[in-house]
Amino acid sequence: MKKNTYWKKNIQYISILLSIWFLVSFGCGILFVEQLNTIQIGGFKLGFWFAQQGSIYTFVAIIFTYIFLMNRLDAKLKKDN
Amino acid sequence: MELQYWIWIAVGLSFSLYIGIAIWSRAASTKEFYVAGGGVHPIANGMATAADWMSAASFISMAGIISFSGYDGSVYLMGWTGGYVLLALLLAPYLRKFGKFTVPDFIGDRYYSNTARSVAVFCALIVSFTYIAGQMRGVGVVFSRYLEVDIVTGVLIGMGIVLFYAVLGGMKGITYTQVAQYCVLIFAFMVPAVFISFLVTGNVVPQLGFGGTDSDGVYLLDKLDGLHKELGFHEYTSGSKSLFDVFCITMALMVGTAGLPHVIVRFFTVKKVSDARKSAGWALLFIAILYTTAPAIAVFSRTNLIETVSDKPYEQMPYWFEKWETTGLLGFNDKNSDGLIQYTADAATNELDVDVDIMVLANPEIADLPNWVIALLAAGALAAALSTAAGLLLVISSAVSHDLLKKMVMPNISDKGELIAARIAATAAVCLAGYFGINPPGFVAATVALAFGLAASSFFPAIVLGIFSKRINKQGAISGMLVGVSLMLFYMLKFKFGWFGGGTKADWWFGISPEGFGTIAMLANFVVTLSVTALTPAPSKEIQQLVENIRKP
Repeated sequence: MKKNTYWKKNIQYISILLSIWFLVSFGCGILFVEQLNTIQIGGFKLGFWFAQQGSIYTFVAIIFTYIFLMNRLDAKLKKDN
Repeated sequence: MELQYWIWIAVGLSFSLYIGIAIWSRAASTKEFYVAGGGVHPIANGMATAADWMSAASFISMAGIISFSGYDGSVYLMGWTGGYVLLALLLAPYLRKFGKFTVPDFIGDRYYSNTARSVAVFCALIVSFTYIAGQMRGVGVVFSRYLEVDIVTGVLIGMGIVLFYAVLGGMKGITYTQVAQYCVLIFAFMVPAVFISFLVTGNVVPQLGFGGTDSDGVYLLDKLDGLHKELGFHEYTSGSKSLFDVFCITMALMVGTAGLPHVIVRFFTVKKVSDARKSAGWALLFIAILYTTAPAIAVFSRTNLIETVSDKPYEQMPYWFEKWETTGLLGFNDKNSDGLIQYTADAATNELDVDVDIMVLANPEIADLPNWVIALLAAGALAAALSTAAGLLLVISSAVSHDLLKKMVMPNISDKGELIAARIAATAAVCLAGYFGINPPGFVAATVALAFGLAASSFFPAIVLGIFSKRINKQGAISGMLVGVSLMLFYMLKFKFGWFGGGTKADWWFGISPEGFGTIAMLANFVVTLSVTALTPAPSKEIQQLVENIRKP
């Protein structure tokens, strides 16, 4: 694998993961909070839940996904060189 | 056993632990002093980062703030956690690869200019000082409230402890005490939370409990919305701030978190690039435990408070009501002299003043928990304040001894000489922070939140662009940082301190509060950096090679 490919792959991962980051916090937690609040799951209105719980869980998941993807990419780079 | 004894035991034990760690982890070189030798395990670094990050405000005040503002409090929850995604994806791995000691190191080398370095030092110092004064004050407040000593003595004891392990051990001492402090603070925060969640909802997991039902089978959040409506407050689960302002504040807090120098330097302490990513993940996980519990505590204690006091006779209040009244955190003024407590949104008829801090501090008593839980809470609050203070202290001392002295004024200074300078700088910084803790300037409370705006408008664009673009040059970065910081300072001074003609909420630009203005100042920084760069020559081959190198794992 070329160095360039490594960097491009990395940028691709970052773009996808940051879109999810934006979607759960600014999207679900702020911009569309009222629409989502019409849906209630258990005691939680969905928009409120995203703003105070869901977004934080997703952030943790995003970072661990990135760790996994990059470790795999690093290993591949090492093997190819 | 008496509460007072329990508290002395909890505080005494935790303090001796910190001192023991400090003696064990003395720093022998500048590398140990600045970055703990660069071999910290990612999970240990995750814990240390979490303790570094969670301040007295996170521990004591945040749940209370959310409790009073409901949905609007989400800006802090998302803002102060979402920044770690930016750190892990955009900053930490590359800064670790760069492999120097401080944030101004990176800015100065990447933008091949001591002017850029000086601007970065200046920004690091303002951000850290506004922040640290609040921490020392927090230490004093906790001491005076729990240990019945006055605030000055409290601050002095706190200064003594931090001085001991920060000056002796530098980053090495700070790192391992922060690991211990994280354990103390998270345990202290979770124990009462679990108890209360179980008492109110029958569920031991607070994160699930606050979506559950109370003993009457009514959903807790629905009940709270109903109570709020009755008393004239805005509905708990929806906001009162404008959507645009909420958006801007959240963004400013996220980006500011990612740009805070005392958080960034924690990632210089791990062994390799992949460890920097890992420790960002662990750090956020450890932080998330507290940050997902806080909104649950907010709901439990808000419901508890309203149900206990609203329209009830003052004479029948439980014993803790009087106790917290004497500390000034609760205040009752029977305006219509009917002997009942009217708690409403209307200032003219409201008879109860509640300080936000009470939601966490009085929780164990409201829920009738044993004395040792209260003692634990005192130790936890101290751990939160001390760990953040120590992290900030290191940024201040390294900015002086490394960035100013070694890199600019006395490049020939020996490693030993620099280490002595670092220790003197740390001592001076503790004394200054202690002074501000004892004599808090009125602006401290107002500026801590704004430290994020300053970090967002200065460091974040310069670092991210420096990594992801090879073309950005020093002219662009320097003018961007200067414009960003000046704009932020101007807006803050105008609307928080009444300078430049002052102004009220109606005069805010596009309706953005000073807390959210960091987002606009950051955008201005990006625009200026990119435009000035486009008009000036590209950096040299060597600098482009440096960027190329940072990107390799």
